[in-house]
Amino acid sequence: MRISTIWYTFKQGFKNIKRNWTFSLASVITMAACIFLFGIFYSIINNVNHIAQRIEQDVPVTVFFEEGTTEEQMQQTGAEIEQRPEVARTEFISADAAWEEFKDLYFQGSEAAEGFKDDNPLANSASYRVYVNEIEKQAELVEYIETLPNVRSVEQSETAAQTLGSFNKLVSYVSIAIIVILLIVSVFLIGNTVSMGISVRKEEIAIMKMIGATDFFVRAPFLLEGMILGFIGAAIPLVGLYFGYGKAVEYVLNKFNVLTGVVDFIPVGEIYMVLVPVGLILAMGIGLLGSTVIVRKHLRV
Amino acid sequence: MIDLENVSMAYTDKGMPAVSHANLHVNKGEFIFVVGSSGSGKSTLIKLLLKELDSTAGKITVNGQVLEGMKHRKVAKYRRKIGVVFQDFRLLKDRNVYENVAFAQRVIGRPTRVIKKRVPEVLMEVGLGGKYKKRVTELSGGEQQRVALARALVNRPDILLADEPTGNLDPHTSQEIMKLLEQINNRGTTVLVVTHDREIVNSMKKRVVTMKDGSIVNDEKEGEYYEN
Repeated sequence: MRISTIWYTFKQGFKNIKRNWTFSLASVITMAACIFLFGIFYSIINNVNHIAQRIEQDVPVTVFFEEGTTEEQMQQTGAEIEQRPEVARTEFISADAAWEEFKDLYFQGSEAAEGFKDDNPLANSASYRVYVNEIEKQAELVEYIETLPNVRSVEQSETAAQTLGSFNKLVSYVSIAIIVILLIVSVFLIGNTVSMGISVRKEEIAIMKMIGATDFFVRAPFLLEGMILGFIGAAIPLVGLYFGYGKAVEYVLNKFNVLTGVVDFIPVGEIYMVLVPVGLILAMGIGLLGSTVIVRKHLRV
Repeated sequence: MIDLENVSMAYTDKGMPAVSHANLHVNKGEFIFVVGSSGSGKSTLIKLLLKELDSTAGKITVNGQVLEGMKHRKVAKYRRKIGVVFQDFRLLKDRNVYENVAFAQRVIGRPTRVIKKRVPEVLMEVGLGGKYKKRVTELSGGEQQRVALARALVNRPDILLADEPTGNLDPHTSQEIMKLLEQINNRGTTVLVVTHDREIVNSMKKRVVTMKDGSIVNDEKEGEYYEN
């Protein structure tokens, strides 16, 4: 295709948008709302996932052993557990280390603990802490560990994991439903805008057809119009969200002081690595879809 | 150049065929009038030749190409070899003379440097050399028809179809436009003019094909238009 033809197509695409600016504005606003919500839900889901991952890393499965199990046997079991794909890492807590931890937690330097100096009450409490990659696989892992020799009991933190998992699923479903509805509305609105452009330029299109313009030449400006509307509709909320994200994180941390240090949010740059290309492709794709449907329907050239 | 063999065309919503069993042969470089009263099928004939409509029976061959069964993607290229002008000029009113003519070259992807050379040439040919910057709405009817002619000729078509080209013009301007069409024909372009302007037809002494109720009822070399 010649540069002059490409230039012509772009010029006509923008001209169409300008001609029906009220319809174009409605399309851009709907698309912007759609991408705005998409951005918000994407950020929420990712941050919840991120927090869940942190919890997965911080809340391990604890494996206790039968009385009389040697440290060597324990470490052998630990090695077996570590080989499982869902296991991120393991940590061996000897009976002494367990007592030290217990003392720090419950006696907090009090002399009362000194009475147990030579007689570790947790002598049989050497354990393995097992950290999982994916919290959903925790139950399966526990089932496996319980079958291993010398294992007395396995303790897990099912509630936190399951709650976060369920919350994330709920947010995902709700956001997908809202986004799908908005996307359908966007397809119709963009289609309507392009259709207005076609009716305004009916005469010009008829002349083009009469003097031998190809289908592509006639259709391209309208398809481009849909894509431009999609692009503008995505760019506005993406820029807004970029600045809004930091403010929102700051607000949440200030409002819920208890969260400071407990949870950390994904940096905006990391979110935007995916959100920008996905948002733009999604919006331009929807624009192209809306205009293609209308062009096929009304522009049989 | 143009061959119609037993061609019929019926609009689905009407019982009567618009063109019925038409047979016509037009040689390269010929000038031909197609005459007849309203509803005789003249304009349908133009639409068939432009492949705006498909015949329901028979065979149309233009420039060696059979129109029946022509693939949709080939129609655009086929039309580039046919120039066409209408009674209502069909110009782009928001553009000037130059842009209207250049548009015909732009849509077929001609480079800008070619357009810049060819458009003034063709505007000179139709006698609008000094008016290329004027908006078409500022021009008289005759001048607008000249712009339409320039647009039809700019891609050097083999055939020029004119559907009532003088229908909106006064007698003097009509004569000028017909002279121009004759000049175009003298340069080798086959010209087919659909009209019901008896005065013009009878003054030019060209081949006259008469249509009535969709059928070709008369075909005369250097003929005349007898109103029924």
